[in-house]
Amino acid sequence: MKSVLPVLTVIAAILGIWLLAVIPMNMHLVADQAQRDGAVVQPETPAARQGLSGAALAVRNPALIPLTYSFKRPRLPSPQQVAGEMYETIFAKKITSKRSLVYHGWVTLAPTLLGFAIGTGLGILLAVGIVYSRVMDRSVMPWAIVSQTIPILALAPMVIVVMGSMGIQGLFPKSLIAAYLSFFPVVVGMVKGLRSPSAMQLDLLRTYNATGSQGFWTLRLPASAPYLFASLKIGVSASLVGTIVAELPTGARAGFGARMLVGDQYGQPLVSWAALFAAALTAAALVGLFSAIERITLRRMGMAAA
Amino acid sequence: MSEPQSVISARNLDLTFQTNDGPVHALKGVDLDIRQGEFVSFIGPSGCGKTTFLRVMADLEQPTGGEITVNGVSPREAREARAYGYVFQAAGLYPWRTIGGNIRLPLEIMGVPKAEHAERVARVLELVELAGFEKKFPWQLSGGMQQRASIARALSFNADLLLMDEPFGALDEIVRDHLNEQLLKLWDRTGKTIAFVTHSIPEAVYLSTKIVVMSPRPGRITDVIESPLPKERPLEIRESAEFLEIAHRVREGLRAGHADD
Amino acid sequence: MMYIIAAVLIWVAGWWLNVRLANGATSDRMAVKFMIPAIFGLTIVIVWELLVRGFEVNPVILPAPSSVLLRLVDEGPILWADFRQTILKGAVSGYVIGTVAAFVVAIIADRSDFLTRGILPVGSFMAALPIVGTAPIFVKWLGSDWESKAAVVAVMVFFPILVNTVAGLKDTSGMQRDLMRTYAAGYWQTLFKLRLPSAAPFIFNGLKIGTTLALIGAIVAEFFGSPTVGMGFRISTSFGQLALDMVWAEIVVAALAGSAFYGAMTWMEKRVTFWHPSQR
Ligand SMILES: Nc1ncnc2c1ncn2[C@@H]1O[C@H](COP(=O)(O)OP(=O)(O)OP(=O)(O)O)[C@@H](O)[C@H]1O
Ligand SMILES: [Mg+2]
Repeated sequence: MKSVLPVLTVIAAILGIWLLAVIPMNMHLVADQAQRDGAVVQPETPAARQGLSGAALAVRNPALIPLTYSFKRPRLPSPQQVAGEMYETIFAKKITSKRSLVYHGWVTLAPTLLGFAIGTGLGILLAVGIVYSRVMDRSVMPWAIVSQTIPILALAPMVIVVMGSMGIQGLFPKSLIAAYLSFFPVVVGMVKGLRSPSAMQLDLLRTYNATGSQGFWTLRLPASAPYLFASLKIGVSASLVGTIVAELPTGARAGFGARMLVGDQYGQPLVSWAALFAAALTAAALVGLFSAIERITLRRMGMAAA
Repeated sequence: MSEPQSVISARNLDLTFQTNDGPVHALKGVDLDIRQGEFVSFIGPSGCGKTTFLRVMADLEQPTGGEITVNGVSPREAREARAYGYVFQAAGLYPWRTIGGNIRLPLEIMGVPKAEHAERVARVLELVELAGFEKKFPWQLSGGMQQRASIARALSFNADLLLMDEPFGALDEIVRDHLNEQLLKLWDRTGKTIAFVTHSIPEAVYLSTKIVVMSPRPGRITDVIESPLPKERPLEIRESAEFLEIAHRVREGLRAGHADD
Repeated sequence: MMYIIAAVLIWVAGWWLNVRLANGATSDRMAVKFMIPAIFGLTIVIVWELLVRGFEVNPVILPAPSSVLLRLVDEGPILWADFRQTILKGAVSGYVIGTVAAFVVAIIADRSDFLTRGILPVGSFMAALPIVGTAPIFVKWLGSDWESKAAVVAVMVFFPILVNTVAGLKDTSGMQRDLMRTYAAGYWQTLFKLRLPSAAPFIFNGLKIGTTLALIGAIVAEFFGSPTVGMGFRISTSFGQLALDMVWAEIVVAALAGSAFYGAMTWMEKRVTFWHPSQR
């Protein structure tokens, strides 16, 4: 708990930098607009203004600075604008509305969770296979490791389009990507976890003449819990990122990714930024949820969580 | 006067740790003088403050009361003057440096000219009988060899004072005997002052010119025994009557420390 | 039908061979360890080829490996140009910028315990966020050439490397720090002689996570605007033209680049942290 103050300080510093950056980032746009509205702006021609940096322009036209924080279509919106937009679209809109971020959030979250569940389930099964079968270990494990170095995520939009052209739409294609992205971290983490019991612990079970499945349920599986949770946290955020990227350039109408793009293309930066922050909050909530489950489970199991 | 000058001088030294379940008196009213060239052992039950005392001398811990000087100045000034070498209970060699590299570490930090490094490393490796292992990495050596390398590291910058905290605690008896013998020879040859923490009565008696017996809660000195044993000490001396007599006194001292707690 | 039967036979044969190899006496030899996954991969590719032919799969859905290979050979110059634009200009420069920035911030943060305690949780929080989502914003700010890609990549790799470096710098034992204190070593001496070396395994962990992120960021950002060259650009336009074999050819290049990038970091890690128990 003693890190509350430092964390708040760091967040405050980031907000401060953001607040400062708003001025130069939006200054040119604000100056152009002000001139159109009949105000006197220094220097007077847009061309001359282009030659100046945003900060220099702000120094010459201090009266315009407050306007940078409330500009309608900013290059960089101010924090309060983003917060306002988020409040508006999360709380003030009906959930069924196409402008509600809760609606879009669910469109993204549902395939994320479905895919994550599938990916985790299959990942655990494959991990068990790898730990108990030498052939699987030797032939599949190297590929599981290599596959983590491949930027598969970049292909997510294509997968959606291919499946769309095959007539498969809706939840499933996005879930597939989410599943894929959580699959390999779980495999790798789980294999490590199932192999984590020491030789001495395994020998002890041998002296009891325990069967393979007894060994699995009483030793290997519990020992893998900390590793599993570490992978779950990586996996769930990877799944969410996957779903969002899948929505980005595929002409999707709903979901966080679609909102980010719509805002970008129709000149509504606030929509993009609100979607971006909502996605961040969702990711944080998911990871936080799994951290909480981890802490409770590990404490119940007597493995004091860090 | 021909009386050798005092290297460590502690007067009424106190150190209290503030912990969650109240204060712990690690040292209370400790008075001690260590003169130049002495070999002083600290012995006492676990938790009596031996390590703490050594760490105070090394300026790794701040006393909460009393006074202490090292070479006539404060521990901090002594540390900044690089007045002592410290040997920890574990070897603590850097795994990414070779044995030679580990011994060069203090030389690099203290700005000893590069040209001298090779010669100094060779000399201290010779002293701890590790010549030829310079290029090996720590993990390629046995525990005893690693501990000797850490002693070499403490010797490499020619400090006149050695502070050793159970340096042989983790080693088996045979290796320990051997290292004890070597340490005595080294002390004899170099004339260093050594403060040495141990749990073993024979080790303390065999090595020391002075044995400091401590007792816990609060940590304090219960007895200081000057050893009449000669400087020349073959391993067999441990069967002599004189030796057993001192060992007996140390044991009595330890028991007395326990009796009143 | 012939193709499908052949596919099944080859699958069985490949698996049988691997069973023999993995359980055989030579299974711990380096060559065999390498051969088993190679056979597995090859079997999959052949089975894929045969199945695509046997079922006459529409190449718009899944092209045969042979046609992908053909593309790889025929379109070499284009693939090379895309590689240069996306990987060398976008990903690598962004990676370098992000890494340097992360080191600088980590070392500043490290000087104060207060900052460290603030930056660690905030940084690990940021590392879990979908930062690729900022790609459209950066493209808007910095234009569609490689600079915007480098910026996205820099932000993406910054946080994992920062968090790992800060955590690594804290990871020295009390005894090691005390030793440096007995030498009256200064801050920078302690940093360079003790803390950076012992942080190396952590730092490389962050650097390795960063390699994949860098490629993802560079490719995805191109979906939002790029000159008429680049892997992301090629993937999306080939897609529009239903030239799936070209898309797959780019995937192969991306996979090779990703593995090579990662492999390079692993190699460096081996050289630098040879002393760490996990490397011995
Ligand atoms: N950093 C610390 N914070 C709180 N209490 C401490 C600290 N260091 C030591 N102590 C306490 O001070 C007392 C003396 O500890 P010290 O390590 O000096 O004992 P020791 O004689 O070296 O024991 P041992 O023989 O087991 O090494 C112990 O009760 C210990 O719990
Ligand atoms: Mg101790």
